[in-house]
Amino acid sequence: MSTVDDPRTIEFDVRTDEMLVNMGPQHPSTHGVLRLVLRTDGEVVSEVTPHLGYLHRCAEKIGENLTPRQFIPYTDRMDYLAGMNMNLGWALAIEKLMKYEPPEKGRHLRVIISEMGRIASHLVGMGAYGLDLGTFSPFLYAFRERERILDLFEEVCGARLTYSYITVGGATADLPPGWLEKCEAFLTQLEPIIVEYHTLLTTNSIFIKRTAAIGVMSAATAIDYGTSGPVLRGSGVDHDLRRDGEEIYTAMYDGYAFEVIVEKNGHYPKDHQYPAVPQEAILGDCWHRFYVRMLEVMQSIDLVRQGIDRYSRASGSYGEPMKLNQKLPKGEAYLETEAPRGQMGFYIVSNGEAIPWRARARSSSFCNLSVASELCRDCLIADVPAIVGSLDIVMGEIDR
Amino acid sequence: MASAINKLLDWMLSGLGLSVSADSAVGYIVAALIHITLIINLVAVGALVFIWLERKISGRIQDRLGPTRVGGKFGWLQTLADGLKLITKEDLMPDGADGFLFKIAPYVSFAASIAAFIAIPFAGGPYPWIAQHLNTGVFFVVAVLGLEVFGVILAGYSSASKWSLFGAMREAAQVVSYEVPLGMCAVVPVLIAGSMDMVVIGNQQAGLFTNWFIFHDPATFITFWVYLTCATASVNRAPFDLAEAESELVAGFHTEYSGLRWSFFFMAEYGSMLSVSILASVLFLGAWNGPIPVASMLGLTAANGDVPGYIGNLLGLLNVLFKGVVGVSVMIWIRWTLPRLRIDQVMATCLKYCTPIAAVMFLGAVVWQYNLPGRTFFGLLAAPQETFAVDEGWAALPTTTAEPAKPAMVERGAATSLAPRLAANQGRGN
Repeated sequence: MSTVDDPRTIEFDVRTDEMLVNMGPQHPSTHGVLRLVLRTDGEVVSEVTPHLGYLHRCAEKIGENLTPRQFIPYTDRMDYLAGMNMNLGWALAIEKLMKYEPPEKGRHLRVIISEMGRIASHLVGMGAYGLDLGTFSPFLYAFRERERILDLFEEVCGARLTYSYITVGGATADLPPGWLEKCEAFLTQLEPIIVEYHTLLTTNSIFIKRTAAIGVMSAATAIDYGTSGPVLRGSGVDHDLRRDGEEIYTAMYDGYAFEVIVEKNGHYPKDHQYPAVPQEAILGDCWHRFYVRMLEVMQSIDLVRQGIDRYSRASGSYGEPMKLNQKLPKGEAYLETEAPRGQMGFYIVSNGEAIPWRARARSSSFCNLSVASELCRDCLIADVPAIVGSLDIVMGEIDR
Repeated sequence: MASAINKLLDWMLSGLGLSVSADSAVGYIVAALIHITLIINLVAVGALVFIWLERKISGRIQDRLGPTRVGGKFGWLQTLADGLKLITKEDLMPDGADGFLFKIAPYVSFAASIAAFIAIPFAGGPYPWIAQHLNTGVFFVVAVLGLEVFGVILAGYSSASKWSLFGAMREAAQVVSYEVPLGMCAVVPVLIAGSMDMVVIGNQQAGLFTNWFIFHDPATFITFWVYLTCATASVNRAPFDLAEAESELVAGFHTEYSGLRWSFFFMAEYGSMLSVSILASVLFLGAWNGPIPVASMLGLTAANGDVPGYIGNLLGLLNVLFKGVVGVSVMIWIRWTLPRLRIDQVMATCLKYCTPIAAVMFLGAVVWQYNLPGRTFFGLLAAPQETFAVDEGWAALPTTTAEPAKPAMVERGAATSLAPRLAANQGRGN
């Protein structure tokens, strides 16, 4: 009984079809080889389905054929933007199985190195997010700073991407002489530059328009999907394994002063020198996830400084790397550490031989990505890169 | 120019015992060929220079050097090398593409981009340097620039790629958003000049920079910035480059293009950037008049003979090109600084903000003109006024009045120059 007078009827008569679009695996803003299948109606996306497996390299199976120290290089290639933190996660899991405690100097060395890795990783996250939103320059600025960190890492272990530096029992070598001063000088240079990034991105009105109130994830949703890291904290959940983790991991940060970067009453810790949260932003949106990352860089700078101070005062050895073919005690161990992208867990089962019977990795990006289809419901196409970019995933870690 | 060429031909052919009359068609055809050759070369060389400039500027912005090797120290031949590479690339077309439309689309864009230059003056005075002196020049340029969109939409439609289609649809949505405020902004200087003739508009801004229309009154000052925003949107530059949006749509409408066809889209983009910048300079920034009227102070005007007039026009040309390059550089600067807007935000910016602002500014300019006719913002500074007799071609219009329809002198201020035309209009019963 439709009449042409009713505008709703006319609108209904205009038949539109849904279109399925493959975003990826070869797409500029899917951070590697992620494939998203978008169900679109014009510019509106009704459904996003992530498809994985384009970077699967059987890392877990390889872990069952190598001794723990031989497996270290494979952990580098999981989250290739934070190799040091991956090394640390695996090393700590084995150490938990072996009930080994690294010496004090080794602990401080690990704090310095892993927090530097976090800075490098978050810088890439920041730059790539700018790229997702269509601005190219912040990406190159971020890489300019990251290069300095890579230079420092190169001096430490000879590699710029796949370090294999932190290893079971400590590290492969001590920090070279004069390295701490260079590191300190770099941090002093980096700090004011971060303020520039805030002017360029965080407070840019177009940036706020593109990220504020986009992809809002409630704390409940964030917990339900098992997200972690800045993605979880961006939703206002006060959880950081550096403080809330297992004893063997938190012992590393014993005596360090740091606050978990999470919003409390509209404010973030350490945000006094930065602009306040814009009115448009809602807790749990892309802007908050980005801001948490930016503040964590400041947090890490602080931690590295404390680490340098403690390391230079500590005496003794930096640790003793485990022998290549040392037999593992019978049993199993699972340990999660706070990698830049969230909780990275390693699980090892040993039957008393040098080679683990089972090695498994729990990826943070995998859980963080799983929430994408929830966040992208009924958004616009342009929001898909904005949301997926704010989750800051690395496909190498998801597919392993 | 046509009659001059006819005279030249006449002189050359007189030795053979032939002759060409002053209004012969031959002169017009040769003149048209010369003009179009100059314009195509301007666009092509302009694109060459601007792509190099974009690389150098973006390099400097991003702490890089940009091209340094090809063609010497500054890599200024890099674009040419890339052009050669593009020419030698394989000519690809997707299987499902609509062949004819796919092939024609880049040329539609490029032709539209070039066509705008036909009515753009490069120097003024009584003998302006302009390919075709139109008395509705502003209207023509704005209209022709809008044609470029057809190429983009055709490319997106015919590519048989979903990303291209998205780009085309975005372009269609964008064009209806920015054309409205762009047109309204262009109308404001027209209102002040009392003419759509770009030569007249330019000549009225002669003298000190205080005579430029951007400083005419507060309304025009704001209009200029609205125009700049809309012009950036109209040439698909960041933050309004939604039709190609590389982080969302891979490459948008030109996803499936490669080689020479792709480079034609590129040249069209840079050509349009130059034309909207020159349009801005003519409408708001004094056209070929420098900030200080050096040329007329030195006596380099047509009144003192052909050669001084020619040199004066050459200075004017440099002025126009300089302002155009500055405009393009600003667009490059913006592109490498700002993130991209979303399509609904672009439409909101253009329709909800730019359009009302432009409308109010139009009203403001009307009020200013009505209350302070012939006065500029800087007051009341009596700047040296230069007036030129420009044949606007009004005589060709059919008139039924006894009033002279053709103003002998186009003077500053709308009141004087509009009067005969209004009379003529009334005479026609409008």
